[in-house]
Amino acid sequence: MSADQTYIIIGAGQAGGWTAKTLRDQGFEGRVVIFGDENFPPHERPPLSKEVLLGNAEKEICLLWPPGTLEDADIEMRLGTRVSEIAPDEHTLTLEDGKTVAWDKLMIATGGRATRLPVEGADLDGVYTLRTIDDADAIRSKMTPDATVLVIGAGWIGLEVAAAARKQEATAIVVELADRVCARALSPEMSQWIHDLHVRNGVDIRCGVSFDHFEGDSRLQRAVMSDGWVIDCDIAVVGIGLTPNVELATAAGLATDNGIIVDDKGQTSHPDIYAAGDNANHPNPLLGRRIRLESWENAQNQAICAAKAMLGGEDSYAEIPWFWSDQYDANIQLMGLPEEWDETAVRGDRDAGEFVEFYLKDGKLEGAAAINNPRDLRFTRRMMTSGKTFNASDLADPELKLQKLLKG
Amino acid sequence: MSDVTFHNALKTDQLDEDEAIQVIIEGKEVAIINLGGEFYAMDDICSHAYASMADGYLEGECLECPLHGAQFNVKTGKAETPPATVDLATYEVKIEGDDILVGLPNG
Repeated sequence: MSADQTYIIIGAGQAGGWTAKTLRDQGFEGRVVIFGDENFPPHERPPLSKEVLLGNAEKEICLLWPPGTLEDADIEMRLGTRVSEIAPDEHTLTLEDGKTVAWDKLMIATGGRATRLPVEGADLDGVYTLRTIDDADAIRSKMTPDATVLVIGAGWIGLEVAAAARKQEATAIVVELADRVCARALSPEMSQWIHDLHVRNGVDIRCGVSFDHFEGDSRLQRAVMSDGWVIDCDIAVVGIGLTPNVELATAAGLATDNGIIVDDKGQTSHPDIYAAGDNANHPNPLLGRRIRLESWENAQNQAICAAKAMLGGEDSYAEIPWFWSDQYDANIQLMGLPEEWDETAVRGDRDAGEFVEFYLKDGKLEGAAAINNPRDLRFTRRMMTSGKTFNASDLADPELKLQKLLKG
Repeated sequence: MSDVTFHNALKTDQLDEDEAIQVIIEGKEVAIINLGGEFYAMDDICSHAYASMADGYLEGECLECPLHGAQFNVKTGKAETPPATVDLATYEVKIEGDDILVGLPNG
């Protein structure tokens, strides 16, 4: 039966690519078609603000699989093709050129776009956001030693851009509205550690600064803060967050609220339409609340779970969220989305730049953040899902192996 | 003539149970794994991205990459979970006294 069916995936990013591959890996014999608006085969984005921006790798590093993998799996790729409308009841979609395509099941893996600043001068040449391969190429070409790079927003993207700018010996200035860097994701202590990391590497980083507008004659020349501070700069990179691409879903009448509403299997409010990745507002049974994640691992694993569900699978997507960033010689990783905690344990040496911060609430591990210790951070996931309680003093003792603490 | 040469890699008391360690044999990074008292050897560099598998933790029979979480079966080298899709090579292990010997293919 399934051999006559057509499953369509909108979006050729991490979630779209893994949906297609999983359908085939699971034995689906019908047509699998991916529509991607970018002219590049299914790819992941983490390297764009890291290896690619640093000039250590070409864009091909972003490919999810070696060239030919998807073609060999008989997955049809329509790249550079934008979908303009979904008609759920008709089980069709319309392409930009007006053609109509029928589907039996649909995956909306449209991800998100960099949020733009609605301010004067935001359209000037030299003002960038970083989301796509083209963005990364353009920014990299402007990062020269004589350039001044202004970063607006001290979130992950902004900080990675600042690190890349310094690597190219450009002058880097970061302004952030909140009173510390990555305030939504990090403890105050971890924010401070990362702030200091950037200062050590020559970044002029200012928190509690309200940006007002850009100025320049056709191209960017300066940025003006609300308090009147004027920053002369050659380029500006705006890293103030991601806006989920939900317009297709909303216009199709699907339920949306900070993303497309899906269940624990990725199913939207229409039974034959699924969503996964950066645009999917999903329930996380381990955290006990709905979340929308902008993360590499979520885009992969939620898509895999949803692809299986498209074929009748009944597994729930249930994972502790995990993120990472690379800045200078620091590998930064986070496990969980801790909202509140009453105890913090530091394992390792903060000054040496190799440690884990554990966040405990009533002895239960709510999350952890690590600098240059991916090994212990990764193990934290098992400790969190165990439901066990831990002593902060044990966690802080590097002589006590985490494996022993989990077993004990 | 054998197509495998055994190399002295490690002492058995240098690797605790359910731990892994990287050794360099003939210029090649190899992970030695102590799985419940049995020793195994597998390529140490993850097939997905550049990371030492020996820095990961064991999960059952699988070693988990510390970078992106791909799991490889230490007995077979099979890539069991994404993002890895390519298996890792495994190598024969012999114990002689307290020496762990790893057999690498010749040539």
